[in-house]
Amino acid sequence: MTPISTGSEWTFDLLDEYERAIREIAVKEYGLDVYPVQLEVISAEQMMDAYSSVGMPVNYHHWSFGKHFVSTEKSYKRGHMGLAYEIVINSNPCIAYLMEENSMTMQALVIAHAAFGHNSFFKGNYLFRTWTDASAIVDYLVFAKSYIARCEERYGIDAVEELLDSCHALMNYGVDRYKRPQKLSLAKEQARQEEREQYLQMQVNDLWRTIPRPAKSGGEHEPVRFPSEPQENLLYFIEKSAPLLEPWQREIVRIVRKVAQYFYPQRQTQVMNEGWATFWHYTIMNRLFAKGLVTDGAMMEFLQSHTNVVYQPPVTARWYNGINPYALGFAMYQDIKRICEEPTEEDRLWFPDIAGSNWQQTLDFAMKNFKDESFVSQYLSPKLIRDFRFFSIRDDDRDSTLLVSAIHDDEGYRDVRQKLSEQYNLGSREPNIQVWSVNVRGDRGLTLRHTMHRRRPLEAGSAHEVLKHVARLWGFDVRLESVNEAGDVEQTFEVKHLPEQLSLQSA
Amino acid sequence: MAHIIDRRLNGKNKSAVNRERFLRRFKAQIKEAVSKAIKGRSITDIDSGEKVSIPVKDVSEPVFHHGKGGVTENVHPGNEEFIKGDRFNRPQGGAGGGGGKASQDGEGEDDFAFELSREEFMNVFFEDLALPNLVKTQLMGIEEMKSVRAGYTSDGTPTNISIVRSLRGALARRVALSAPTLSELNEVEEDLDTLLESDEEHDIEVREKRKRIHMLRERLASIPFIDPFDLRYNNRVRQPKPTSQAVMFCIMDVSGSMDEAKKDMAKRFFILLYLFLQRNYEKIEVVFIRHHTSAVEVNEHDFFHSRESGGTVVSSALNLMKEIVYKRYNSSEWNIYVAQASDGDNWDSDSANCAQILSESLLPLCQYYAYVEITESEPQNLWYEYLKVKERCKHFAMQRIHSTADIYPVFREIFKRQPATRA
Repeated sequence: MTPISTGSEWTFDLLDEYERAIREIAVKEYGLDVYPVQLEVISAEQMMDAYSSVGMPVNYHHWSFGKHFVSTEKSYKRGHMGLAYEIVINSNPCIAYLMEENSMTMQALVIAHAAFGHNSFFKGNYLFRTWTDASAIVDYLVFAKSYIARCEERYGIDAVEELLDSCHALMNYGVDRYKRPQKLSLAKEQARQEEREQYLQMQVNDLWRTIPRPAKSGGEHEPVRFPSEPQENLLYFIEKSAPLLEPWQREIVRIVRKVAQYFYPQRQTQVMNEGWATFWHYTIMNRLFAKGLVTDGAMMEFLQSHTNVVYQPPVTARWYNGINPYALGFAMYQDIKRICEEPTEEDRLWFPDIAGSNWQQTLDFAMKNFKDESFVSQYLSPKLIRDFRFFSIRDDDRDSTLLVSAIHDDEGYRDVRQKLSEQYNLGSREPNIQVWSVNVRGDRGLTLRHTMHRRRPLEAGSAHEVLKHVARLWGFDVRLESVNEAGDVEQTFEVKHLPEQLSLQSA
Repeated sequence: MAHIIDRRLNGKNKSAVNRERFLRRFKAQIKEAVSKAIKGRSITDIDSGEKVSIPVKDVSEPVFHHGKGGVTENVHPGNEEFIKGDRFNRPQGGAGGGGGKASQDGEGEDDFAFELSREEFMNVFFEDLALPNLVKTQLMGIEEMKSVRAGYTSDGTPTNISIVRSLRGALARRVALSAPTLSELNEVEEDLDTLLESDEEHDIEVREKRKRIHMLRERLASIPFIDPFDLRYNNRVRQPKPTSQAVMFCIMDVSGSMDEAKKDMAKRFFILLYLFLQRNYEKIEVVFIRHHTSAVEVNEHDFFHSRESGGTVVSSALNLMKEIVYKRYNSSEWNIYVAQASDGDNWDSDSANCAQILSESLLPLCQYYAYVEITESEPQNLWYEYLKVKERCKHFAMQRIHSTADIYPVFREIFKRQPATRA
């Protein structure tokens, strides 16, 4: 076959041809299941725009996005940073951006990586299937944007901005980790919004009704606990129970919560997702080359940038900045494929169920049913641990020295694997903070409880700042207790609600 | 299969609103940075963007995260020498083996730096001066443009169609397109005539020729009278309006009583005048004259930064300026603007002298003379003498200012005069 193109310039016709050729390989030969693809060619400036609105094609306005934009712009203009080759949106159709500055080879790489790699991951992985609804997200964001814009008109930019600041501070605590969410749908959302507003207000009013009940309550010794169980979803709790929020404010809390939920899977599948996309662009480009559809030159260009992407600097390097998710993910999928195709004795021992199986099916299963944490603990092989020369360091503040707790040797494999998996566990990476109780009868203060994990304390400065935001949302005093494993309170933060903050209300 | 969409023509400024929100939120910090920048800048260089930095802690968005302490266990790649059970000291400052922690724990002393565009910079600057919007746009506006005829184009709006040109083109096209057909038609008609004149029977040939003639006539008729292709439009291009040159004299009292704050205010006053002139004149020269008991021409740096002490004789500066004007700026070629800043101190008997120099020799030469007195105490005799001058001369403005916001009224006059000078 003759190569599709030889030069480095791209044209729309060439994009189309490449896309066809890649689709042929990805879908027909390897059976990837993807959403329809929409490729959008954009300029560098537009890429910066997309960057700063967390990659979404539409989003509401907020200064923090402006801040991202400003700093991206600065470092891009000074040449400190190249822009990412690609941004891809988990939507249906799947939108992938191609930057006009890229060469034809890079465009092909991006199409393979984003439009087929990420795309199939979005469609297949269980977290994305559970937590996001690709066909509704863009519509929902359009709704959110216009709703928030309307609020800005009615209540002033400042009031909305303050509220959004506070919500953003709690964005990581806006997801029910264990309860499965309902899917978003624009139609339902709009239809129910008004109803919900009124209903919610009614409920809240009910909750805080201060008219004393007739002397029926004989058994008043047992104070009613509220909430009856600790709540992990702070934003949801605030949306439903904060006494002083106006209906529109509840709706904005809800919007932030929904957006947080949409990004929740991405934070838990970095290694898997990037690794998967990298694995597929690598596989597809090689296949294109094998079919004679790309030239030697293009292949060299591709390999160079691929190598950069999957480079893992060692811990001793000055530019070491943690484990590169592209490197680890790519290596793991390659390794699983190797175990399927050419298993060694060790592999048969460690992975009896997949050694020698069909690699495509095995990979497909792995992609669909895991998140980073479980993926690592399931599939990280001793060989990879050796290749990466992984070792773990234990830093105990009661010890004067650091301890090397496990390395890449026979007795350490399981240990290293388990620790690396733990490192990707969102539950231990982020402080575990839940709503503990509300003083319904007294000052209406809200108490949050931080359950300490391995004695790790909260960073005090930021905790105090965040609590101020919680107090603003809650409208009354807020306390945060850090509780150690024995159940004793070790650290408390308290923020008094200042009356000025009442300006939040109906500005 | 895939949709490929070219989005490059969509606006690229999607983030403009967010950027503006960002600036809005950190207005106070930005303002401070801008006024610092103004101090550091030359007044002829005010008209560009500026790098601004604000402390990182102000722009950070807090979230809950772990602090130092407790037990952490991290897996790292690239083990070189360790085996299980090795112990070593904590690396200091996160460098070396610790890895990844420095960024999380360190609060980061760095400032968050970014650049303001020229427009944003000017906006902040003007806000301080309490300029009305109209004036702001006037000052920020680029050069005045006027549109000039520049031949014809094949593209434009219907109102700009040039009828003569279009029809001339159409005629030429019709002539050119019909020429071959016409000459063939003539030939065939002649042939037909000869055929008809000859006695022999040529029925078939005659019919042929007639058919041919008919066809050629139709072809001629199908050439359109006017075609979109013929249309010509008047073309106009915008050219910068020719402007002339101006010289701006900055006169400042640098006697001991003018402190930094007063000088800073004076500087803003000079900047404003400079911006105004810049918009109106292509070439501007700035002359700095500072004085105490004697006046001297200096460069900008010395003008703003060196301190002198001693008494004050304002007339010395006026005399020096007069000299410079006669020597270098023949007033028929130059528009002369003067901005004088002082704290109002003057040697008593000199004030009358100043007023005289002003009204007799300087004001006739100037386009505009603005005087600001930066003081909070009672006006002294210089002010009263100048007041007399003001009554006589329309292009003399004076103002006492306490803060930067007071500067603008001095310029109100000058901006009012705008339409007149424009016409």
